[in-house]
Amino acid sequence: MKARVTVTLKSGILDPQGKAIEGALKSLGISGVASVRQGKVFDIEIEGGGRADAEAALKHAAERLLANTVIENYRVDVTG
Amino acid sequence: MKSAVIVFPGINRERDMARALKLISGREPAMVWHTEPELPGRTDLVVIPGGFSYGDYLRCGAIAARAPIMNAVRRFAQNGGLVLAVCNGFQIACEAGLLPGVLMRNAQLRFICRDVYLRVERSDTAFTGGYNAGQVIRVPVAHGEGNYIADGETIARLEGEGRVLFRYSSPDGMIDPNWNHNGAMNGIAGIVNEQGNVLGMMPHPENHVEASMGRTDGRGLFAGLVDHFQQAA
Repeated sequence: MKARVTVTLKSGILDPQGKAIEGALKSLGISGVASVRQGKVFDIEIEGGGRADAEAALKHAAERLLANTVIENYRVDVTG
Repeated sequence: MKSAVIVFPGINRERDMARALKLISGREPAMVWHTEPELPGRTDLVVIPGGFSYGDYLRCGAIAARAPIMNAVRRFAQNGGLVLAVCNGFQIACEAGLLPGVLMRNAQLRFICRDVYLRVERSDTAFTGGYNAGQVIRVPVAHGEGNYIADGETIARLEGEGRVLFRYSSPDGMIDPNWNHNGAMNGIAGIVNEQGNVLGMMPHPENHVEASMGRTDGRGLFAGLVDHFQQAA
């Protein structure tokens, strides 16, 4: 089973890397860029178990390691 | 003072720390590999040194914080044992839940490697007994992620409970954004946990302990710890 965990900074947390990328996009003349926030994507393959098990395991993984919930939100998508 | 220095893959300041501990306490610290399940018996002080554990993969300190030895460090801290966490060690301690908050990318996005001035906020702790409250010390920093942040409630508690022990300052002890090199909230350079037995700090006191290093401002921290244990004995 394939899954994706997406980790993003909570709103209100300063993201200097996102700001730098935003500046670079603007300097490239890419129009319409209002703001950029940088995050992380984890593509994970799950062996055995059902969809609910996979979701539970990945939620646990995100809470324990993949995200720092002080500053980050996460989303788990099991894509099948 | 019997100390134990925790060694993770990618750490590179453990020998500086061991040298400073030996110099000031007169006793060689135990070097403890991260896969160990237990600390050496009768350890007084655990030190989590600086460096780049696991190449800063995922988040600084995130992977080291989940190493087997950290369960032993957590138990040690819960039982009141003193833990000194410097630089990457501070990041690891935050990730391990030993200290609140997070060390984010420096506000100016640059890796900062230079001497900074720190105002010592209190002297009545096991870690700062070798200094006077309000004293300014000069020690090096070397980090890309030292910008301390926490939610408003946590910052208010840290300040209200006197848990900020070191703050970035001007040479004469003024708290000024121009001397806050990494953008840390309230100029926070070092904090203790609620029980006051775990100190996390970004600067490296272990690098200013001998005349050959140019300055000896860092000695007070180690000398204060040695005194603390001598008084307790």
